[in-house]
Amino acid sequence: MAKFASSLSKQTGAFMNWLDDRLPVTSFWNAVMTGYQAPKNFNFWYYMGSLALLVLVIQIFSGILLTMHYKPSAAEAFASVEYIMRDVDWGWLIRYMHTTGASFFFILVYLHMFRSLLYGSHKAPRELLWVFGMFIYVALMAEAFLGYILPWGQMSYWGAQVIINLFGAIPKIGEPLTQWIRGDYFISDATLNRFFALHVIAVPLALMGLVLLHLVALRENGSNNPDGIEIKKNKGADGTPLDGIPFHPYYTVKDIFGVGMFLILFSFILFFWPEAGGMFLEHDNFVPADSLVTPVHIKPVWYFTPFYAILKAVPDKLMGVIVMGASVAVLFFLPWLDRSPVKSIRYRGLWYKVLLGLFTIAFVRLGLLGMAEGTPAQTWEMRIWTLVYFMFFVLLFFLSPRGKTKPEPDRVTH
Amino acid sequence: MSSDDVNKGRRRFLVATTSVVGGVGVGLAAVPFIKSWMPSAKAQAVGVPVEVNIGKLKEGQLLKVQWRGQTIGVLRRTPEMISELTNVEDVLADPESVEADQPEYVHGEQRSLKPEFLVVNMHCTHLGCVPQMIPQVGPQPFDDNWNGGFYCPCHKSKFDLSGRVYKGVPAPTNLRIPPYSFLDDRTLMIGVSPQGAV
Repeated sequence: MAKFASSLSKQTGAFMNWLDDRLPVTSFWNAVMTGYQAPKNFNFWYYMGSLALLVLVIQIFSGILLTMHYKPSAAEAFASVEYIMRDVDWGWLIRYMHTTGASFFFILVYLHMFRSLLYGSHKAPRELLWVFGMFIYVALMAEAFLGYILPWGQMSYWGAQVIINLFGAIPKIGEPLTQWIRGDYFISDATLNRFFALHVIAVPLALMGLVLLHLVALRENGSNNPDGIEIKKNKGADGTPLDGIPFHPYYTVKDIFGVGMFLILFSFILFFWPEAGGMFLEHDNFVPADSLVTPVHIKPVWYFTPFYAILKAVPDKLMGVIVMGASVAVLFFLPWLDRSPVKSIRYRGLWYKVLLGLFTIAFVRLGLLGMAEGTPAQTWEMRIWTLVYFMFFVLLFFLSPRGKTKPEPDRVTH
Repeated sequence: MSSDDVNKGRRRFLVATTSVVGGVGVGLAAVPFIKSWMPSAKAQAVGVPVEVNIGKLKEGQLLKVQWRGQTIGVLRRTPEMISELTNVEDVLADPESVEADQPEYVHGEQRSLKPEFLVVNMHCTHLGCVPQMIPQVGPQPFDDNWNGGFYCPCHKSKFDLSGRVYKGVPAPTNLRIPPYSFLDDRTLMIGVSPQGAV
């Protein structure tokens, strides 16, 4: 038996040698997994990235299966989705995986971005890592918007109407541009068909490329950590960081535990609460698209509502679109707006805790107001929180170089 | 050839000109693919005028029809509705419809060929939703002094019963009026101007 095992391992070794001479399998694995030293003090917030990757896989997998039954035409789309839900074996499961996955993608990405704000993960030398992440976020918003059109329900139709007409606010080229996007003078079969193409091929390809760049940039400088100090500054005799542990097996095992916990939560929503009370799947979208009637209470899905509230807060068409665009664009510049000498909130003064606290409240409150009916009082509240949202970046720029900090430790804490 | 012989100026010139010519070529080659997104010949052909029978329209009733994929509203206004139009001018952004997209032959606060019938493109000039008609005069959740009109559920734009936009709302201009004419007292033709009119 022992003899057999040793001969087997000898053969495996020979095969790996043959393979490594042709494809750098072992050296790649060593470089990015076993030989990659990650800070040893990761906490809960460091689950979000790997879980977002898991959701990307879930979306691609369930998406491929959905395309096999879905029909991207205005006449058939709504019925084909109902066909998936009622007649296709396990079709309801596959579709609910996809719709629940979409919302969870945004939950994870928002938490992932918030982690950056907590621990300064966007700061030098990880500015590009953040910028790639922002491009992923924008691509994800495009992907979610395009996918939301496909069921061809009332919210699909009128959501598309509003979002496409945002481009119509651009002076001069606005109107032809909206026709170019729609492929018609109104939202029609041509629009649905091309949005399907973009949703299943163009944007996912871009998304995968961006995720690859995000990961390559991550491995270049390594992860930040809750203390916001560079572990590469303290290396042992063997040249590995004293506060680092190999990504594999330590963090692969941690992430697998995270996957298990996440899938429990994910499955609970998927099986017992897939509509999430109209948050993940809106009630009006169970009505087929009708170009004559706008639903009485129209709002985007929850992950867009903060920006929708900013749009509604501005009483001017072009300015509203500009301000809403700016609210996303400003995030790209975060690494250069945050000029604090320390990264982590742990070693920044009260000023940052107050700023970040207000910013978080503003974002959540705008999200809630974006879903609300919209009384005049709420419009004023939206204006105030929109101001708070933008003041975060302005104050961050001016306060961060001189705001109080505490001394950073030399080694990571627990 | 030793590197001393390299004419760097010529090399730079060749690289630059090749890049420019190549770039222009790529730009021109992109035209068909970008153009393929424009409305197709079939989509352009569907712009025929629409005939609407308004004989059965009751006073105060709104009829919605489709013309070129747009929702067109035909509202038979009551005398009270018409008289209310002069009362709201203080709160309107453009009561004279100077900025409005409308044919020459509709003008004044009524914005119609016959005061009784308002023919209007229902799509909000903000982002294209179809506003609801709320004809009742009196306080509404969105306005304490509502004089009756159209209210857009998407972004809270308000219009009077001639489709004129209120001040301080996101919609920039009055609702559009499509070209239309009356074939006879009971029949409306949307998409065709009256004979002799521009």
